[in-house]
Amino acid sequence: MLAVVHRDLLLAIRRKTEVLTALLFFIIVASLFPLGIGPEPALLRKIAPGVLWVAALLATMLGLQRMFAADHADGTLEQMLLSPTPLALLVAGKNLAHWLVCGLPLVLLAPLLGLQFDLDAQALGVLTLGLLLGTPVLSLIGSIGAALTLGVRGGGVLLSLLVLPLYIPTLIFGAGAVQAHAAGQGAGGHLSLLGALLVLSVFFSPFATTAALRIALE
Amino acid sequence: MLRGIDLACVRGERPLFRGVDLAVDAGEWLHVRGANGAGKTSLLRLLAGLSVPAAGEVRWNGEPIAAAGAAYRRDMLFLGHQGALKDELSALENIELAGALDGAPPAPADVIAALRRFGLQGREDLPVRVLSAGQKRRVLLARLLTRKAKLWVLDEPFNALDAKAVDMLSALIAGHVGEGGMAVVTSHQAVPVAGGKAVDL
Repeated sequence: MLAVVHRDLLLAIRRKTEVLTALLFFIIVASLFPLGIGPEPALLRKIAPGVLWVAALLATMLGLQRMFAADHADGTLEQMLLSPTPLALLVAGKNLAHWLVCGLPLVLLAPLLGLQFDLDAQALGVLTLGLLLGTPVLSLIGSIGAALTLGVRGGGVLLSLLVLPLYIPTLIFGAGAVQAHAAGQGAGGHLSLLGALLVLSVFFSPFATTAALRIALE
Repeated sequence: MLRGIDLACVRGERPLFRGVDLAVDAGEWLHVRGANGAGKTSLLRLLAGLSVPAAGEVRWNGEPIAAAGAAYRRDMLFLGHQGALKDELSALENIELAGALDGAPPAPADVIAALRRFGLQGREDLPVRVLSAGQKRRVLLARLLTRKAKLWVLDEPFNALDAKAVDMLSALIAGHVGEGGMAVVTSHQAVPVAGGKAVDL
């Protein structure tokens, strides 16, 4: 499993553009809102969690299709299927690598981008913690969709239609955590639910992805 | 040993072949022959366990390959049309990472020795992108040397190889079979290796 993580990170370093596109997309989308709406701190504070989370969702979507496509095209996926290591473990490794490359940078940048929305330090902390719990869920759920649409022509659009509705719970609890904190209710409940989503998807997603990959390679 | 019993393959609605029986024992190799589109690659994918036969069964040491699972996959090396080489990585990294994926990372010295044996000295650290088609195939042959497998399943291994590399690969297969290994090879040309059986599709 660590071999896959090592390999995918090495590949990501060699093809920097793919990583940077998603990251720059996140930064630009999140910055367009304050510029478009103008200096109204109260309104910005209110829309901040939703905007940042939606931007994170879309940025994650950008890299999803490539999670398996290149490995499918050059036959690496076949070799993974034929490896003595269980495929679910290798898939989990690919998911982890995807999160490290596409998810973790978003988490680290979010507090900085949150400043544009006049969020205070505590709200920024809740936002970052929520993204830390939520972005792995996005990678894991997305990997099921990426495996299901593997080899399908026009798979990119289909992938968005398939995956974005499944992202709704993560979006609601992630953005809800910051809103609940702002309303003085405490973010604990929402963050616990995000954690529960993470545990569930860590456990089930590799198996679902594996099943979808086996169908795609048949 | 590898046994294929009454194998049938259906692609879409079209039956490709049926009633194919084959047996490869230690020290033997099997030449799969047939016209374009006869189902050679499909047969190899059945043998590798990448797809499931429409009828019949593939057995490894008397056990169906699905049941043999990881033990079969450890003993078998499959090289398909696509070599699973990453363009951005060097030949050395490609072989090391492919080995690590199989759970048995080879020693770098072994990999370099194998690459040199196939005439790739000085190119170990170049990205595979800049190698020619034949050189890429040579990188894959180096992988045959570094991954210890009992059964080689090779799909058109002679493609894109020059005369010298064809001789080297033939010698490699002969050596492997001579040491009690097994190989299943598809090829349109005659393969000058002793101890061969043939199956025609």
